Amino acid sequence: MSIDLQTVKKIASLSRISVTDAEAEAMVPELNNILGWVEQLGEVDVSGVEPMTAVIPNKLRLREDAVTDGDVRDKVLANAPQAEHGFFAVPKVIE
Amino acid sequence: MTNLTDLTVAEIRDGFRAGDFSAREVAEAFNANVAAAKALNAFIVETPEKALEAADAADRAKAAGETLGALAGVPIGMKDLFCTEGVQTTAASHMLEGFTPTYESTVSKKLWDAGAGMLGKLNLDQFAMGSSNETSYFGNVISPWRRGGGDNAALAPGGSSGGSSSAIAARLCPAATGTDTGGSIRQPAAFTGISGIKPTYGRCSRWGIVAFASSLDQAGPMARTVRDNAILLETMSGFDPKDSTSLDLPVPQWEANLSSDLKGKKVGIPKEYRPDGLNAEIAALWDRGIEWLKDAGAEVVEVSLPHTKYALPTYYIIAPAEASSNLARYDGVRYGQRDLPDGAGLQDMYAATRALGFGPEVKRRIMIGTYVLSAGFYDAYYTQAQKVRALISRDFEQAFDKVDLLLTPTAPSASFTLGEKQADPLAMYLNDVFTVPASLAGLPAMAVPGGLDSQGLPLGLQIIGKPMDEQSVLNAGLAIEERAGFTARPEKWW
Repeated sequence: MSIDLQTVKKIASLSRISVTDAEAEAMVPELNNILGWVEQLGEVDVSGVEPMTAVIPNKLRLREDAVTDGDVRDKVLANAPQAEHGFFAVPKVIE
Repeated sequence: MTNLTDLTVAEIRDGFRAGDFSAREVAEAFNANVAAAKALNAFIVETPEKALEAADAADRAKAAGETLGALAGVPIGMKDLFCTEGVQTTAASHMLEGFTPTYESTVSKKLWDAGAGMLGKLNLDQFAMGSSNETSYFGNVISPWRRGGGDNAALAPGGSSGGSSSAIAARLCPAATGTDTGGSIRQPAAFTGISGIKPTYGRCSRWGIVAFASSLDQAGPMARTVRDNAILLETMSGFDPKDSTSLDLPVPQWEANLSSDLKGKKVGIPKEYRPDGLNAEIAALWDRGIEWLKDAGAEVVEVSLPHTKYALPTYYIIAPAEASSNLARYDGVRYGQRDLPDGAGLQDMYAATRALGFGPEVKRRIMIGTYVLSAGFYDAYYTQAQKVRALISRDFEQAFDKVDLLLTPTAPSASFTLGEKQADPLAMYLNDVFTVPASLAGLPAMAVPGGLDSQGLPLGLQIIGKPMDEQSVLNAGLAIEERAGFTARPEKWW
């Protein structure tokens, strides 16, 4: 499988990274090299093997359904590029 | 008079307690070394006042006869991947430039609570993605080491914890934190002639560490001796309810139980780690390592880890996949940079912000990750990689039925010249060939210096242990350390 310019642009768009045509073109051979190399995994016989989901067997804990933190609105907003009236501000999304 | 910056963590701790010197004297000495080493570019932010503040608190506590923390009087460096309250935390990215956390990571908090002081935030590869510290937005870190014979070429300190390794080797700090996703503690340790341990996945809380690949990321210490690593790891480890993968286990007394007597231990030599064309000096060091472990009483046998050659491609599917998901949070809304071109809508703002804030290697990995997780390719790439990962892990399990530890080289070469491998991402990825398998299996693994190559550059050995058995890893590390007698240090040029 090899990817073309259109695919690179589509991946960039899915990744929410804007790229110029020149950048996208430069990425075609780069990404193809990497993808071509990882494709060797296809030759491994994995029949009957479950995909690994945890490296160290560790049961996910449950805790009581109770509030453990909060009341830190200003801290949460402290690093926002734009915060107004206690909210994150973003460009208009709904016309 | 003793040069305070030549002391190990244990020597500083004990000397301070014995009254040989004050904590303030130690902090001032390291602050001075940090300030005089700008040429190495090991720090993104220097915090001499934090080091002094902790030192003064330690001195006061000692004068008042109060109980001293395990690291009272010891200043350290903090990799700039750990969120530090009130001190800029960037992950060496433009994206997080100016980000000042309003909270403290669990691991750094444990260190400060134990009395350690912060000398500064250490440079690294951007978002910990790199093996040479050449992807930092804040410039390359330079290794204090140089090749012999008047060759002044700037060398890589390894990555991603390259600021940590460079600073320790140059005596800017006695120890530092690192993080290891595919070798980011061990490979830089090997490149700079120091030690570092990645503990079992889950030992150190990931809470407050800027995430790269969550199923692989583990914090660990880096220092010049095995004992110092044991000391720091004890403080850094422990259950944290804020990390869902944190191991709910007591922290062993690794330092108190250090022993280089390996009688009764079996050490495996994985034959797949000796590929055709393995650097002859690395192969020779490995053979010396085998002799050292035998001398320490261990029995050495050959073992097989048949899926080793697939570890690196597996890693370069799984790590980018997790990164693409983790780094989706950088959207220009909640923290970090925002780029809002004129008339841009929300989606345009995301794309412009991410184009501005991420460096080329980070973009490359996010895009690879996005691709392998995308509809139609998920099973062929990601699911397949997770299955191969299970096989790699099973290889280790089967080997550990027969042996207690594994001994391998840490990296396939000594440090290389900055720029040498930058043009080819694949050549750079191959640096992690010996460190990635243990990461995929979540196993504790340690790098210890073994000697110098013919160019005068350090080479390291790696010890891999069973899950939760950091003690055996540290003990074997100590056995090597005692026998290698590695005392070489870079000649000061900076």
